[in-house]
Amino acid sequence: MSTVTSPVDNGVNVEALLGAREALTAMPEAAQFTWRATCEWVNGTHSRSRVEGFFGLGEEQKHRTEFTYDADHPEIFASEDHGATPVELVLAGLASCLTAGVASVAQNRDIQLNSVTATLEGGMDIQGILGIDPDVRNGFSGIKVTYDIDADATPEEIRAVVAQSQKRSAVYDVITNPTNVTVEVN
Amino acid sequence: MRTSTVVLGAGHAGLAMSRCLTERSIDHVVLERGEVANTWKTERWDSLRLLTPNWLSRLPGYGYEGDDPDGFRTMPETIAFLERYAEVISAPVLTGTTVTSVRRALDGYEVVTDRGTWRCQAVVIATGACNIPNVPAVAEALPSGIDTVTPKDYRNPDQLEQGGVLVVGASASGAQIAEEIHRSGRPVTLAVGEHIRVPRVYRGRDIKWWMDAAGVLDDRYDEVDNVVRVRNVPSLQLVGSEDRRNLDLNRLTDIGIKLVGRLVGVQNGKAQFSGSLPNQCAMSDLKMNRLLDRIDEWATENALDGEVDAPHRFEPTRVEASPPLGVDLGGIRTVLWATGYRPDYSWLDLEVLDLRGRIRHDGGVVESPGVYLLGMPFLRTRKSSLIDGAGDDARFLSGHLAAYLDSTIARPGLALRSA
Repeated sequence: MSTVTSPVDNGVNVEALLGAREALTAMPEAAQFTWRATCEWVNGTHSRSRVEGFFGLGEEQKHRTEFTYDADHPEIFASEDHGATPVELVLAGLASCLTAGVASVAQNRDIQLNSVTATLEGGMDIQGILGIDPDVRNGFSGIKVTYDIDADATPEEIRAVVAQSQKRSAVYDVITNPTNVTVEVN
Repeated sequence: MRTSTVVLGAGHAGLAMSRCLTERSIDHVVLERGEVANTWKTERWDSLRLLTPNWLSRLPGYGYEGDDPDGFRTMPETIAFLERYAEVISAPVLTGTTVTSVRRALDGYEVVTDRGTWRCQAVVIATGACNIPNVPAVAEALPSGIDTVTPKDYRNPDQLEQGGVLVVGASASGAQIAEEIHRSGRPVTLAVGEHIRVPRVYRGRDIKWWMDAAGVLDDRYDEVDNVVRVRNVPSLQLVGSEDRRNLDLNRLTDIGIKLVGRLVGVQNGKAQFSGSLPNQCAMSDLKMNRLLDRIDEWATENALDGEVDAPHRFEPTRVEASPPLGVDLGGIRTVLWATGYRPDYSWLDLEVLDLRGRIRHDGGVVESPGVYLLGMPFLRTRKSSLIDGAGDDARFLSGHLAAYLDSTIARPGLALRSA
């Protein structure tokens, strides 16, 4: 009797990623990236952001196409609700970053994923943004991410994949650690 | 002055190499800036004991002879052990000799010291991994009224002013010092980044016994997934003590130490901590459990289950629901940076350093022919960072070195290897 095991395929090209890591270790200047977005006010609290170009590997790069994201606020904020609230985009960014990490780490560890669902909740006391209470921060008081993962691995292995994905996540870092932000007006 | 091989550093690694070279009748000298076991004598805190049991600190031709094999050596005992070893093996140590440059010469290498220059064919770098304490850049933003200290200068809590202490780093040094300072009545906040949790005793045996027996300490550098990564893994959260207590974060929480995330900034008189503490602790628990799984499997395979206690798992690290993301530094009198060490190669005038300032080497064989590195984390195996690991590494590298010297004999007048 013989068993045929198909190779693990989460659609992640781990060899390319590991190759890039090796190449960039020798050429740290090529590892310097700049990510960009532009945002145009539409009306009310509705705005539209676009991403297309970025800088990396020593030169200007482009996405396959331009992507746009509408943001607005819901009607209970007396807005027209043309898109996600910006804080929901932050949750989406965190979820996408961690999930991309889950797929990559799982691939690297030969773990086949069957389904991955992240559910995010960010608690917020809006007395902060409304200026009611100066002791309340504007941002999230905390974020809870819950993963439901079906994979060919033990629960411990799956937990380890999720932990490693947090360790290597850019957005997780952006949210958990302070970043200097400079806003200028031309 | 001429010799065939110059060994730099008379700590455990340099002495182990000296013994191996002597066995091979290779003419050599061991240069030491201070005295034998200098770092142990001058750069360690008073209460420190080795993290490995006495029986597990073996050097080539020398083991533990006392009546407490399961105990942990104090600093004076460690120093005496290394001094005795230097005597027993008649190591040709030149103390009080500071190396200022190692460079290529036409016929090998030139080792310049404050007491003359040596010409040699081979150089063994055994100056250690812990020369310069790392202090993160954020230190510069601390308010001026706060004292700062590193484990290199720390001796005991009495040297600190009264008041709150922020200990940054929760590996062996940080956790041990945090516990000691907190017990002295100075309330400690512990900033926790990546750390490696292990129990002192598991199933009735010391964790180092298990790691030695199950071959964990023999994991090889060329068989691990990512050698750069394993060489940077922080020290195990352990303390060598008579009561064989665990030194995990739960214990530190129990005695009243406040756990916070990694220190990531200082702004407006506040220290800022990362929100990553839950994941740091979860990763550490997962890692510990993988080690215990490996130990359990080994115990079963080797029919030990009847002889030792039953397998079990430890309580996961307790992290409060919302650990503080900042503290007012007004309540902090001293910051202790237990954020690791790095080696000092300012005297090394050879093109062997990588972009991060680490020596490029393959299991201790440095790119420059005839140059060897010893006594570094995961140099050849997991135990390379331990006293007990220096023996195997020195035996292998002295063999490589001897072959190298033989290969230079073809060039008359250059090799000085005595018969």
